[in-house]
Amino acid sequence: MIQNSRTSRRQFLSQASAAVAGLGLGRAAGAEERVTLPFANGERRMVQFPQKRPLILLTTRPPQLETPMEVFKEVITPNDAFFVRYHMANIPRSVDAAAFRLEIKGLVDKPLQLSLKELKTQFDQVEVVAVNQCSGNSRGFFQPRVGGGQLGNGAMGNARWRGVRLKDVLTKAGVQAVAKQVVCNGLDTPTLPQTPDFIKALEMDHALDGEILIAHEMNGEPLPLLNGFPLRLVVPGYYGTYWVKHLNELDVVKDAFAGFFMATGYRIPAAPGGCLEPGTTTTNTVPITRFKIRSFLTSHLDGAQVQAGVVTQLSGIAFDQGAGITEVVVSDDGGRTWQEAELGKDLGRYSFRPWSLAWKPQKKGLCELKVRAVNRLGESQAMEPLWNPQGYMRNVVETTHVTIA
Amino acid sequence: MKKIFLSLCVICASAACLSAADKATADTPDFSSFVWPVESGSYKPGAGAELAQSLCITCHSTEYVSTQPPLPRKFWEATVKKMKDKYAAPLPEDNAALIDYLTSAYGVK
Repeated sequence: MIQNSRTSRRQFLSQASAAVAGLGLGRAAGAEERVTLPFANGERRMVQFPQKRPLILLTTRPPQLETPMEVFKEVITPNDAFFVRYHMANIPRSVDAAAFRLEIKGLVDKPLQLSLKELKTQFDQVEVVAVNQCSGNSRGFFQPRVGGGQLGNGAMGNARWRGVRLKDVLTKAGVQAVAKQVVCNGLDTPTLPQTPDFIKALEMDHALDGEILIAHEMNGEPLPLLNGFPLRLVVPGYYGTYWVKHLNELDVVKDAFAGFFMATGYRIPAAPGGCLEPGTTTTNTVPITRFKIRSFLTSHLDGAQVQAGVVTQLSGIAFDQGAGITEVVVSDDGGRTWQEAELGKDLGRYSFRPWSLAWKPQKKGLCELKVRAVNRLGESQAMEPLWNPQGYMRNVVETTHVTIA
Repeated sequence: MKKIFLSLCVICASAACLSAADKATADTPDFSSFVWPVESGSYKPGAGAELAQSLCITCHSTEYVSTQPPLPRKFWEATVKKMKDKYAAPLPEDNAALIDYLTSAYGVK
């Protein structure tokens, strides 16, 4: 495992240093690594936070860290490489697991204060492999550019989550008939008390559908602190904004929660596809919900070289909102013709689905490799990027430039 | 010697802790060993940099500004307004000098 992560790091850094060289930045011995994401003002530091390997730093306070694309050669994203996204700077730097309680309150027959031990011993323990992805993943690629966290494609990850069903916990508390939503809050708070706290709400039907977990483990280990220790919501198929970290409060309410991060933030155009004419805006918006379908080539990153006439194995990942990936196709001529890839092991409909294709590069020169996925609903990815003012839900057909030598 | 004694204490303490604790809490990460990266960087020099340095630093590190793409004044104006109106940042009524600085240092004319 350690060997693997070292190897992939070295491979990644060799590409990273090529990017750095392109900027004309020398690297002193022992200096911090830097990478350049492929958009204007995309230079980033590689910084190591607790329980993490060096990751692409977006912001230091609160921490926002992006996973290098190299890591997605593995279908399961290691905990120490998993992306980090916070909103509020006052994050817990330690949590007393023995004293920790999850409070269930509001319109319930029996309010509860559950310890971690109670959660682990009094409820069914269930597992799901699920992708978490930031709503603004890939925002840096938007054209025209939009403000917000300027992420490459690395604000996503796929993990095996273990915990209890939100449904089981709410049922134990006894949700009253008038309940409309459950309001979910975690231990992180704003620096200033007047700033709206990061709080999210789930519709009661969704909260009770049995799919959502209150997770205490990630890939067989306790959640890393920066991924929500000791508990986080896992909302399969939904953007990461709902995956509340350090979850310590569930408040069952009868009216739609009107907090900033539901009523104002994390909203998309109500128009079909959540997209607008580039450069325009709208006031007709709805909360962001489920992932759009995406796929990536991960065996070869931009700038890779392959040999003409020699079969090379292309591989990558695809995922959607949980309908299930049914097809991945690859083009080596910029999208004129497509070959069907073979789908790999199915770890569940919310997981990355691996794919591979034995490819024989022919004509020497620069080649555009494109990858496109289709799901069980027949949904696929657009050849040209869709646009919205917030920079959410990017899912264009990705293009990787390789040189055939 | 003192070091060895302390290490022994830690080992004994952890052992005691493990034997006493239920399995549910035995897997608590050792948070005490965490080393947090030091926030680095300051705002680009220029007229008004001291405003950003004093006003924006309360809630977030400088990369929130420095990683933004080159965007026009109206973006920085809307952003400062959002910080004041939506995030309740204690900003003065008139922020023209701050917006001018952000536009000239990080935006496009």
